[in-house]
Amino acid sequence: MSNELIPSDNSAIPVHAPRATDINPKAEKRAEQQVAILFALSGIGSLLLIYSYIYVANDVFIFIPIMGDQNAQQLGIGIGMAMSLFFLGIAAIHWAKTLMSDKEVVNHRHEFRSSDSDREEFVKTVKEGVAGVELGRRKLIKRSLGAALALFALPPVLLLRDLGPLPKKQLETTNWKAGTRLVTDPGNRPILASDLEVGAVVQVLPAVEHPDERALSDIAKDPVLLIRLRPEDFQLTPQKFAMTHDGIIAFSKICSHMGCAVALYEQQTKHLLCPCHQSTFDVTRGAKVIFGPAARPLPQLDITVDAQGYLVARAAFNEPVGPSFWERNSQ
Amino acid sequence: MTSVENKLGNAANFVDERIGAAGWVKKSLNKVFPDHWSFMLGEVCMYSFIILLLSGTFLTFWFDPSQRDVIYQGVYEPLKGLKMSAAYASTLDISFEVRGGLLMRQIHHWAANIFMAAIVAHLLRVFFTGAFRKPREFNWILGILLLTLGFVEGLFGYSLPDDLLSGTGLRITSAIIQAIPVVGTYISFFLFGGAFPGVGFIPRIFTLHVLLIPGAFLAVITIHVMLVWYQKHTQFPGVGRTEKNVVGHPILPVYMAKAGGFFFVVFGVIAFLSAVASINPIWLYGPYTPGQISAGSQPDWYMGWLDGLVRMAPPLETHAFGHTISWNILIPALIVPGIVFTGMALYPFIESWITGDKREHHLLDRPRNVPNRTALGVMSVTFVMVALINGGNDILATNFALSINQIMWFSRIGIFVLPPLAFVITKRLCLSLQRADRDLLLHGTETGRLLRLPHGEFVEVHAPISAEKAFILQSHEQSAALEIDDVDSRGVRRPGSIKNKLQRRLSKAHAVAVPKVTEQELKEIEHH
Repeated sequence: MSNELIPSDNSAIPVHAPRATDINPKAEKRAEQQVAILFALSGIGSLLLIYSYIYVANDVFIFIPIMGDQNAQQLGIGIGMAMSLFFLGIAAIHWAKTLMSDKEVVNHRHEFRSSDSDREEFVKTVKEGVAGVELGRRKLIKRSLGAALALFALPPVLLLRDLGPLPKKQLETTNWKAGTRLVTDPGNRPILASDLEVGAVVQVLPAVEHPDERALSDIAKDPVLLIRLRPEDFQLTPQKFAMTHDGIIAFSKICSHMGCAVALYEQQTKHLLCPCHQSTFDVTRGAKVIFGPAARPLPQLDITVDAQGYLVARAAFNEPVGPSFWERNSQ
Repeated sequence: MTSVENKLGNAANFVDERIGAAGWVKKSLNKVFPDHWSFMLGEVCMYSFIILLLSGTFLTFWFDPSQRDVIYQGVYEPLKGLKMSAAYASTLDISFEVRGGLLMRQIHHWAANIFMAAIVAHLLRVFFTGAFRKPREFNWILGILLLTLGFVEGLFGYSLPDDLLSGTGLRITSAIIQAIPVVGTYISFFLFGGAFPGVGFIPRIFTLHVLLIPGAFLAVITIHVMLVWYQKHTQFPGVGRTEKNVVGHPILPVYMAKAGGFFFVVFGVIAFLSAVASINPIWLYGPYTPGQISAGSQPDWYMGWLDGLVRMAPPLETHAFGHTISWNILIPALIVPGIVFTGMALYPFIESWITGDKREHHLLDRPRNVPNRTALGVMSVTFVMVALINGGNDILATNFALSINQIMWFSRIGIFVLPPLAFVITKRLCLSLQRADRDLLLHGTETGRLLRLPHGEFVEVHAPISAEKAFILQSHEQSAALEIDDVDSRGVRRPGSIKNKLQRRLSKAHAVAVPKVTEQELKEIEHH
């Protein structure tokens, strides 16, 4: 082995190896035809798109193995578009690779740093410009400019004020009040305590006068899950046990972590699971967090029955429902 | 001269006499672009962005960005008569009643996913090859900015249809905003136009999604590409390639034909995916209502790691003085991503501080030759991957019959243990590869031919490697660690000794390498 294994003179570019199309006229002809075929395929794609758009009805379904039933119009437009674009691109690349010059050329780089004289000139110009302002000498202008700029920054922020209302107590309150009936969601029917069997789970909302006009912002905080267990299954403080009615316990369905609907209830373990971040709440222990990122139990609604035996709230929630926020007083 | 040439000549003359373009156009057309497959990753980003602009404009012609209630009366039977937002209803109309509308929605969504994937791949290429080094730090930072904009733009985009899945995403977004101490609640109420879900968020993010952020994208991408143009592309080491030149194909015609063709290939592939592989079938999710949710709610892939971090956070909240601070949201959703993105943006400067290298670099590194950087990159990727896995923990648990709690605990421990482990393993692998390069140079490549020597010993015949390859294996430079004394020449203790010590240690770790083959060694081996 000699030193030429590692070329010290690296200015020499390796000799350009000719391609088949460079030396063989037949190969050149073939490549030309291939490019033409690819362009033709692109054209066929465009025609397929036009045909599908105009002549295929949008309720025709065709069966494609693996994919199942597909809407013929959407599929025709899509495949046509894909073909027309893809083959146009492939044709251009094939053309470039086989028939255009593949000789590499060399450009030289320049250093980005400006010449010393340019830099000096620049510094001089800037210094002269700054000196011309004479801010150091004109104290009054300097101070008033500072004050004006400080005030100038306020209006843009203020102008955004009317984007929305102030929070007030909206995050702390819900539409549950003492005596509010629990109604099913969907269905809007009041619920007889006796209708719920052990193991039943029902999503409820507070009864309102116009159930069709509920605002989404109310649905974002009012939903409650009713779950009926055997009273002996509970391991609750007497205070929390008193908030249940005959084995029926009611929790806010809005996750105390990030506000998703805590919709997954597991009958066997009596756990509620939030599908967003898997916070898991134990229903028998007052929706205590037993796993996941939630830091607080789901708020429990105090329920009882009214004179006709329908379930009602005995009081409003005694804490804010949903995710935490700065003003939340959790003491 | 043909008549076509004549006409072109006249047109060129018309333009040049007015703006004198011939000079700089001539210069630009002489630009040379080095060839390497990984250089097309950035192109994929730009092309998918153009596809996003085209398909997005198409969608705006029919989309109604309003949260006003409507009763759906369209052709999709299962949702007929349901109350929903105009945004959701118009998305259904685009999907079912505008010919090619569903295809455009799919192209827009696929292009967004591919845009983000290409940005990440491009970023990794630039990182692992050291292309971010001086003079390209600005462009690195602009790239990080584009990645960040991509997250926001993507989130806004998939939130616009106002379906059950995207509404759940917005619920989480609002909770993250609410978790910001002191001002969070107010910001949330202002952005949403009231208590969640408010009345204003969809129209507002629509304006941001189609006007403000694409405008920012266009501006930053333009500067990004202009800087590549001006600073000229980096190149991989090879015979004839130096820090002072750039070797490749000229822009006309080869590069133009290849790059232009590649745009259509990217568009074609995205159109094909959109035609055969359905994503985000919003008609199956139903309109958004905060009281409902579907199991297995997942964000788009690039958001998955953030969701995974949120999922694995411990249940920590501080309650004091009548206020609540949600560490379980702040740390994974705001603080950790903030550190990750800031660290990424600053990395070129950190590395140059560690190595003390302030020179320009136009030749790319082979990742193995910079073990510390490569290991850091793999460590970061591992961190994101663990978070991403946890982001899909519910999907993994149901598909592979695993316990979701165990996946969560794996991630909680893994996020601390696996990245450092990945660092150590990668660094060792890099050094092993350097050793392999050294062997290849000294002993050549294995031929698989066995030779029996007269005294019975079997040896494998090695063949010397080509001069081009040998040059590539040997062309990198190995610089020694920085020597920083704690005391100056007069024996006075220097200020900032902790900083010096840190720099010295990092520099030492960075300089670890298998020594390159020397002339001496080559000569010695020749005599054998």
